[in-house]
Amino acid sequence: MTTKLFGEPIPRREDPRLLVGGGRYLDDLGPGALAAAFVRSPHAHARIAGVDVSDAVEVDGLVAIYLWEDLPDRVGEPLPLLIPHPALTHGRTAHPLARDVVRHVGEPVAMVVAVDRYTAEDVCALIRVDYEPLPPVVGPENAVQGSALVHADVPGNVGAHLVQEVGNAREAIEEAEHTLAFRLDVERSASMPLEGRGVYARWDSGDSSLRVYTSTQASTSVRMAIAATLELPLPSVEVVAPDVGGGFGVKIVHPWPEEILVPWACIRLGREVKWTEDRREHFISSAHERAQVQYVRVGFDSAGRVLGLELNILHDHGAYTPYGIIVPIITSTQALGPYKIGAYRVEFQSIYTNTVQVTPYRGAGRPQGVFAMERTMDRIADHLGLDRTEVRAANFIQPSEFPYDQGLTFQDGRPLIYDSGDYPASLELLKSLIDWDSFEERRAEAAAEGRRIGIGLGCYVEGTGVGPYEGGHVQVTSDGRVHVSTGLTSQGQGHETVFAQIVAEELGVDISDISVVTGDTRRFPYAVGTFASRAAVMSGNAIALATRKVRDKALRVAAEALEADPGDLEIVSGIVRVRGNPTAAIPLKTVAVLSNPLRYAFDAEAARATQFAAPGSPDEPPLKEEPGLEGRDYYSPIRSTFASGMHAAVVETDPVTAEIHILRYVVVHDCGKLINPLIVEGQIHGGVAQGVGGALYERMAYDEHGQLLNASFMDFLMPYATEIPRIETAHLETPSPLNPLGIKGAGEAGVIPVSAVVASAIEDAEGLVISRMPISPSDLYDLRLAAARGEAERTSRSAG
Amino acid sequence: MKPPAFDYHAPAGVDEAVEILAEAGAEAKILAGGQSLIPLLNMRLVTPGHIVDVNRVAGLGFVEAGPDGVRVGALARHSQVERLPELRRVQPLLGQALRLVAHPVIRNRGTVVGSIAHADPAAELPAVLALLGGSVQTRHAAGGRTIPAAEFFVGPLESALEPGELAVSVFFPALPPRSGTAFAETARRHGDYAIAGVAALVTLGPDGEPERAAVACVGVGPVPIVVETPYRAGWDGAAEAVAAAIEPEDDIHATAAYRRHLTGVLAVRALGQATEEARG
Repeated sequence: MTTKLFGEPIPRREDPRLLVGGGRYLDDLGPGALAAAFVRSPHAHARIAGVDVSDAVEVDGLVAIYLWEDLPDRVGEPLPLLIPHPALTHGRTAHPLARDVVRHVGEPVAMVVAVDRYTAEDVCALIRVDYEPLPPVVGPENAVQGSALVHADVPGNVGAHLVQEVGNAREAIEEAEHTLAFRLDVERSASMPLEGRGVYARWDSGDSSLRVYTSTQASTSVRMAIAATLELPLPSVEVVAPDVGGGFGVKIVHPWPEEILVPWACIRLGREVKWTEDRREHFISSAHERAQVQYVRVGFDSAGRVLGLELNILHDHGAYTPYGIIVPIITSTQALGPYKIGAYRVEFQSIYTNTVQVTPYRGAGRPQGVFAMERTMDRIADHLGLDRTEVRAANFIQPSEFPYDQGLTFQDGRPLIYDSGDYPASLELLKSLIDWDSFEERRAEAAAEGRRIGIGLGCYVEGTGVGPYEGGHVQVTSDGRVHVSTGLTSQGQGHETVFAQIVAEELGVDISDISVVTGDTRRFPYAVGTFASRAAVMSGNAIALATRKVRDKALRVAAEALEADPGDLEIVSGIVRVRGNPTAAIPLKTVAVLSNPLRYAFDAEAARATQFAAPGSPDEPPLKEEPGLEGRDYYSPIRSTFASGMHAAVVETDPVTAEIHILRYVVVHDCGKLINPLIVEGQIHGGVAQGVGGALYERMAYDEHGQLLNASFMDFLMPYATEIPRIETAHLETPSPLNPLGIKGAGEAGVIPVSAVVASAIEDAEGLVISRMPISPSDLYDLRLAAARGEAERTSRSAG
Repeated sequence: MKPPAFDYHAPAGVDEAVEILAEAGAEAKILAGGQSLIPLLNMRLVTPGHIVDVNRVAGLGFVEAGPDGVRVGALARHSQVERLPELRRVQPLLGQALRLVAHPVIRNRGTVVGSIAHADPAAELPAVLALLGGSVQTRHAAGGRTIPAAEFFVGPLESALEPGELAVSVFFPALPPRSGTAFAETARRHGDYAIAGVAALVTLGPDGEPERAAVACVGVGPVPIVVETPYRAGWDGAAEAVAAAIEPEDDIHATAAYRRHLTGVLAVRALGQATEEARG
């Protein structure tokens, strides 16, 4: 038997290459290309009265300066609104270069192309833009007043308004024995990949073809956008995602202005052009996420069962809505988590502000939804004097109740129906791992030493693997190597490893013979992209199905050569053989040769397939099906598959300095069948790290003028490894019934509940209600002072 | 994030360096470890016409520990000073502070003298120099001078160095007898500039009780704030003296009130630790 690979923790195959500097990232390409740089608005909101380039054009090495007026019609149009929605009545997107008005600090106004980036930046510094400042709109609560408008034709700055309701939540709340109402705040953070965006374009004027390399999560769609906008025949455009140094959502947005402008300038100039985003640009001109103000009303019974829940959200969408309203839709729907809520009403307004636009960042609205629901569960427990785990257990969907229809419409436009899960088992495992039931003893021990500790938890359900589809192509060549490609991209997830594991197991070949290519439209032109924890589910299953086609074909061709029945054959370590008779065998590479009848022998292997070497039946055509030992297939699910998890943490808060330390962090995770536990754990670790960032460190500090005060890694406190606790992980494997491999997505899981968990634990340690994240030591200190003045809410437990 | 053009100079000796500096005047910036200058250049927050790279200047990479104290040359890296075997005996505060300076990779490149010359009130080493009453030795085209720490730090990122003047070494006086030191700080992330930080020096009297004590506080004023801290059967008075002397401000990481509170807490902790160190 071939060594079992599916489900094994094999080390990432891409790591040796990446760790020794063998990666090829965007800026490693095109060393001789011209460099682009952008003049970006220093104002949050202003009218452009004029642009003076008279000094700029004197700079040696300048090649071109472009303003919006210089762009041809199609290129100058507003960027596409990628995901329209009927509730997004006032969707607005930016022009690739600002037209008349800038709406956030960082919006591009002019593009400069020069011999190198130094010169391009020198030119940018000499371009004088005459701005007439307009009133900046900052913060969704200010914005919704509507006294100043981000877009003159969007009244009240409301881009979208959506209500979803199951049952009559307001009535249920009114009639409930207990009710609570409170406000929650989540601040902005951002994907913040260590490699920013970047685009490099090459134009071949000889055959009028364009190749674009871009640090993207969606190369196939970028390709279609470029071809459409630049009015090029699609077959003449290739888009390649090289090694990508992290995406976390921000690179799913496309086309970025630069993804249109760089290829356009490249063709216009007949020269290679490259733009590599710098860190400040990334802070002020890509995308952020997370910021919401939430109002919760809940009615419940004495057992803690939620009878009615009403969630009202002000969602800060920044200046534009290129990715539609996916983020608040996900918050609205995924707030429900593992619970069956009696009646639910969720309403959001998506609000424009003069800040960087908001598009999905790992978790994509779920951390906020989970924060709302889990803060609610804690409040109910506190109100009733119940254990927090009891309240959750009282509301869980039971294993026997799947598939469970939540009655809402999910982000893929499909019904929100959970496919499988075992929430009670997850909670039991979590409680035992963190010693939940004996925590009061530990709290007392700590207190005796003058230390203050608290425990918290959070539960979530994550819709993963959204459609519409992905595809896979698998080809065995006459050297016995197996070439796998899929259209979606990789940003560090480990696709080269997991997709190879799937193929090795399905086909019966050694993993060392398999190579995987992702995100290269030359190899696979049909794809959606890498986001929403979908790559393993979508491409994994597509590749498995494609591999099964290859296997079937290999058995057919081999059966003929071996004069055996295909049903009697097996493939082991790349050899097709008759089961029980290992001497009747033929290597897969020979099968590959035989599957392509040849006239010309270009090498010794090929000679086996030529017309005199391999004469078939004289009465049949030599070619009976498509030549080559290859297969292509697609996977398109009826709807998303729902992973779940529960996290718990023990934190210590310093009674004097208000410093916050996470002492233990435990994760119970269920993403169905595991392809590679090592990679899943890596995903969880990275996600939790980003979650800790969101809980304790990261915020986008906008002032009232719309200036981002911390647009650098010095002041935007992305945590270092030293700030991340050791993460203890346990897996449950509840297979998905929806796909052939029984898998669910894992990419975003780690980040989702962390703010809720940390808030729960700090609240438990302090006895002060936590309703705003992130929380810094200074914030906690202020909260203590407010509590001492009677101005902050205490938990019932601490108020006694 | 690319700097504008500048003239690059790489002198081989101090004489040559100060000649270039004299000619370039206020247009020149000195590049040693580059851990502050290079980011400032790349962000175009400084745009000097001349960069004088002193990394090839001979004879500035020394660290000498003698009975009087530790003298550090302009090209000695943080890590080089940190590893000096005599450091703990001659002046332990320097090692206690260096551990808190950024991260090992930055300490491998950044220089002690550069950190002093940069005069960032949030940095650890200026506080150490101020507390110990050390000095900066300089050279310029017409000679040189010794600037006492009390006169060296003028304001945020502003020192007494004149255009054309090169800091060639810094002197940290040795630990007095019956004395101990400590450095306590709180940062948001490991290696960040501190939200609050306090260096303490305590000298015991013959009775074994603190006789003289002082602290230097970082990040709570335009320069390191040195405060004499009385010991009156405890350090409560010290905390009050510190709170009265510092001028913290709000920023995006912490409120002034929190910084004031924290500095007081850290002062008491640092003084306590320094007292224990003194008692050995």
